[in-house]
Amino acid sequence: MAAPITSNAHDDPHAHGHDDHHHELGFWQKYIFSTDHKIIGIQYGLTGLVFLAFGFLLMTVMRWQLAHPGTVVPGMGPVFASLGEFLKQHPLQDNTFDGWFWLRAVADQFPGGVMSADGYNSFGAMHGTIMVFFGIVPIAFASFGNFVVPLQIGAPDMTFPKINMASYWCFFISCVIMVISFFVPGGAAKSGWTSYPPLASVADSAFWSFFNGQTLWLTGMVFNITASLLGSVNFVATIIQLRAPGMTWMRLPFFVWAQFVTAFLLLLAFPPLEAAGIFQLMDRVAGTSFFMPTGLIVNGQPAHWAGGGSPILYQHLFWFLAHPEVYVLILPGIGMVTEVIANNTRKPIYGYKAMVGALFVLAFLSFIVWAHHMYMTGMGATVAAFFQTTTIMISVPSVILITALLISLWGGSIRFTVPMLFAAAFLPMFGIGGLTGIPLAFNAVDLYLHDTYYIIAHFHYVVAPGTIFAIFAGIYYWFPKATGRLLNDFLGRVHFFGSLIFINGVFAPMFLQGMAGMHRRWYDGGKIYEGLSNATVLGRTGLEWNTVISYSAFLLGVAQIPFIINFFWSMWAGKKVGRNPWDGTTLEWDAPSPPGHGNFDKPLTVYRGPYEYSVPGADKDFLPQTEAPKTSEKPLPTTTH
Amino acid sequence: MEIPYTASARPDTGLYNAKLGIWLFLASEVMLFGGLFSGYLFLRLGAEDGYWPHGLLNVPVGTGNTAVLILSSVTIVLTWANLKMRNFALAQRYLLATILCGVLFLVVKLAYEYPQKFQHFGAFIKKDAAHEYEAYLGNEHLKERGMPPRYEISGHLEAVEVSLTGDKAALVTLAEEHGLEVVEPPAGEHGHALMVEGKADREKPADQKKGVSPALAEKIAKVPGVKIEAFEVALDPANADPKNPDNDRPHFLYRHATDKVALLHAKDVQWASSFAPKHSSYFAVYFTITGLHGLHVLAGVLVMVYFYFFGIEIYRKNPEHQANRIEVVGLFWHFVDLIWIFVFPIFYLL
Repeated sequence: MAAPITSNAHDDPHAHGHDDHHHELGFWQKYIFSTDHKIIGIQYGLTGLVFLAFGFLLMTVMRWQLAHPGTVVPGMGPVFASLGEFLKQHPLQDNTFDGWFWLRAVADQFPGGVMSADGYNSFGAMHGTIMVFFGIVPIAFASFGNFVVPLQIGAPDMTFPKINMASYWCFFISCVIMVISFFVPGGAAKSGWTSYPPLASVADSAFWSFFNGQTLWLTGMVFNITASLLGSVNFVATIIQLRAPGMTWMRLPFFVWAQFVTAFLLLLAFPPLEAAGIFQLMDRVAGTSFFMPTGLIVNGQPAHWAGGGSPILYQHLFWFLAHPEVYVLILPGIGMVTEVIANNTRKPIYGYKAMVGALFVLAFLSFIVWAHHMYMTGMGATVAAFFQTTTIMISVPSVILITALLISLWGGSIRFTVPMLFAAAFLPMFGIGGLTGIPLAFNAVDLYLHDTYYIIAHFHYVVAPGTIFAIFAGIYYWFPKATGRLLNDFLGRVHFFGSLIFINGVFAPMFLQGMAGMHRRWYDGGKIYEGLSNATVLGRTGLEWNTVISYSAFLLGVAQIPFIINFFWSMWAGKKVGRNPWDGTTLEWDAPSPPGHGNFDKPLTVYRGPYEYSVPGADKDFLPQTEAPKTSEKPLPTTTH
Repeated sequence: MEIPYTASARPDTGLYNAKLGIWLFLASEVMLFGGLFSGYLFLRLGAEDGYWPHGLLNVPVGTGNTAVLILSSVTIVLTWANLKMRNFALAQRYLLATILCGVLFLVVKLAYEYPQKFQHFGAFIKKDAAHEYEAYLGNEHLKERGMPPRYEISGHLEAVEVSLTGDKAALVTLAEEHGLEVVEPPAGEHGHALMVEGKADREKPADQKKGVSPALAEKIAKVPGVKIEAFEVALDPANADPKNPDNDRPHFLYRHATDKVALLHAKDVQWASSFAPKHSSYFAVYFTITGLHGLHVLAGVLVMVYFYFFGIEIYRKNPEHQANRIEVVGLFWHFVDLIWIFVFPIFYLL
C-alpha cells in the first residue's frame, strides 16, 4: 500500500467539524432515532429518571405495608373496590385469556387495596431490578457517560453512533418488557432481584411458558445486557480512539477514567450473567435442569425436572456479575463527584494518579470477591478464607479514592453551590456505606447479619445517598451544558437538605433493626413475631422503627418535588448562561451550551492536565485545558498538587 | 460531522475504530462462552457416576463440520488478502465460498444432527431396579474394568405399552393422526392392555420399522385415562452388548440402533425422553452451547451476505475501508471457529 495511512483527510477530527451543522435533520432523526451522543445521553437520562421514580414508588407501597401491615394502602381502597366490582361483571371464563387479564393481574396483587404477600415479593424483586439495571446504571453510566465523555475528551461523537442508538433502543425494549410484566397473570417476577433458583425456575410456571413475570424478567434482562454490551464497547473505543490532539492519558478528567473502567467492568462481568440468564430461560421454557437438583420436591410432589443441575452454579454466575456491578454503580458516581469537587474547591484533585491506579486495582479485585455474597451457602472454610481476604483487600483502593477526595477539600476556597452540596454529602454517606461493609466481609459476622436489615442499610448507603447524590450533583452541574440554562439555586437547596435529612431517616434505623436480628424479607415487617420479643433499640421495638423509616421514606418522596419542578421549570425559564458557567477547566466547557451536532465549533488542542485551578502566577483561578502555555510560564507536571 | 479513524488507523494506537471495537466485543464473547463452558464443567464434574453419557453424538459428522469451519476460516482470510491486493472479483469468490461453508455447517446441524437427536430415545433406570436390567447395562462388567456404572438405556423407541382406564377413542385418534396404530399385544406377552406402534411395523424388517417418536410418547402419556406401562426399545450397540469391551469406549464411526429389543417397565424408569435439552444435563448444555454457537454462525453469515451484495459501493469509494470491514468480520468468524474448536472435543470426544 503506497499511501501513508495517517495523512488521510478524513482522519482529521476537525476538518469537517463545522460544515455539517447546516444539514438539518427531521424531528424523528434529531430527537427520537438520533445517533447524536448528547441526545442519546438525554434519552437514557430521562428514561432512567422515570424508572428511578417508578422504583421509588414501588418501595413506598412496600413501606406502607411494613409500617401498617395488612391495612389498605391510602387512596387505593375505593380504586380496588370499584376494580373488583368491574371484574365481577367480567368474570374469567373457562380459564382463558380475555381483554381484562391485565386488570385482573393487578387486582390479584392488591385484594381490596391491601398488599398481598405475593405482591410484596413482586414489588421487592422489581424495586431492586429497576433501581439497579433500569435506574442507576442507565443514568450514572449510560446517560452521563454518553453526554459528558465525548465532550470531555474533545470528540465529535462516539466512535459507533449507530451502535449507540441500537444500545438505547435495546434498553428501551427491555424497559417495555419489564413494565408489561406487571400486567401478566401472576404479576411481575417475585424471586428477588437476584432471581435465585430453584424458586425462580419454579415460580409462575403454572402460566404460559413465555407470558409470565419470571420469564419476562429474564427476557428483559437479556435485552438490557445486550444494551450495556453495545454501550460499553462504544465507551472504551471512544476513549481510546477519539481523544483530541494533546489529550494524553494522564490529562483525562477523572470522570473519563471512571467511565473507562466501568465500561470494562460491564463488558467483562455482564456476559456470565447473560449465560446464567440463558440457562435459566432454558430451565423455564425448554424444561432443562441446569439449576434444578435431582429429587426436588415442589408442593409435596416430585418435580418433573430430569435433575442433575445445581442452584449454586447460578449463584456463582450471578455474583460473578453482580459484584463488579456494585462498582459499576459507584465508580461513575465517584467520577462525577471528583469533577464537582475540583471545580468547587478551586484546587487540583489530590492524588490524581493514585486515584487512577486505585480504579484499576479496584476493577481487577472486583472480579475475585464475588463469593462473599454466598457465605450462607455453606462453603468450606478454605474458600471462605480466600474470599474474606480479597474482600478486605478491595477496601484499600476504595479508601484511597475517598481519602483523596476528602484531602482535596483541604485548603480549598469552597463554593457551596448545589452540585457541591450533593458532592460534599456524598463523601460521608459513601463512607458510612463502605465502612459498614467491612464487618460483612468476614464469614462469621456475615452469617449473623446476612438477610437482615443491616445488609439493606449497608448497600443502600452506598447506592442511594451515595450514587444517587452523585447523580444529583452531576445533574445540577451539567444541566447548563445540556440546556444552556441553570437550575434554580433556592429550589436546589431545598431539595438537597430535604433529601439529606430524610434519606438518613430511612436508612440509619435499618442498621439498628438489622443488628437486632430483623429479617429483610418479612412482608409484614415481623408483625407475626411481635409477641416473641420485646427487645427495644433506643427505646423503640424493631416494628416501631418501621414506622419511622416508612414516614421518612414518604417525606423523602416529598423532598423530590422541588427537584421535579426545578427540572422542568428551568428547562424553559432558568437563567441563561454561556459556555462556562462554573469556570471549569475541562473540555466540555469549551463547547457551546447546548453543543451542536459535532460538539465543538473550533479545532481543539489540549495543553494541560484536567484540574489546573488556582495555578500560582496565573491571571485567573482556572486554566482551561485548551489554553496554550504562555512563553513565560514554566510547564507544570501533568497534575499539580 | 464525520467520525475520525473509521477507515485508517489512529497513529498512536495503530488501530482503526472497528478493529478495536470487534476485539472488545470478542473479549465480551469470551466471557459469555466462558460462563457457558464453566456451566458445562460444573455440571459435568458434579454429575453422579453413570449420568454423563458418552458416544451419543455422531463423531464423523462433527468432524466434517469442524473441517468445514476451518476451511471457511481460510477462505475469509483469502477474501481479505485479495481485497488488500485489490482483486475484487477473486475476493468475492472467496467470500461466497465462506458463506457457503457457513450455510453448510448450519444445514448439517439443523437438518441432520438435531432432528436425529429428537428421534432418539433414552431412559434412565432407577438405581434400585438397575440389577433387573443388568443384561443391557453391564454394570458388573464395567466394575471389573474399573469404570463408572451405566444407568441409561438408549435406542429407537419401537412401541409403548399402555393400560387404559378410560375411553380408547382419544388414544386411537391421536395415534392415527401420527400414522400409528393401537393394537392388542401378542398373546401371552406382558399382559398390558394395548400397544401403540407404527402402522404395519410388525411385518417390517427391523431396520424399516417406523416406531413411536419420543415426543409423541409424551403426548400419549397425557391422554386422559391412559398410563404408559412400558417402553419397547431397539437398543443402541452399547446397551445391546454391554459386556463387549469393544463397547466400553465410544466409537468413532456412528453405529445405528441394533434390532435387539428390550422392554423397559415404566415403574423402573426414573426419567425418559428423546435426546432433547430436557433429557439430561448433558443434552441441556449441548443444545444450549451449540445452539448459541449456531446463532453466531448465522449472524456471521448474514453479515457476509450483506457484504457480498453491497460491499461494492464502499469498495469503489475506498477499497481499504472494504478490506477493513472484511477483516473485522473475519476476526469474528475466526472467533466463532475457535469456539467450535472447544465445543467439538468437549461434547463429541471427551
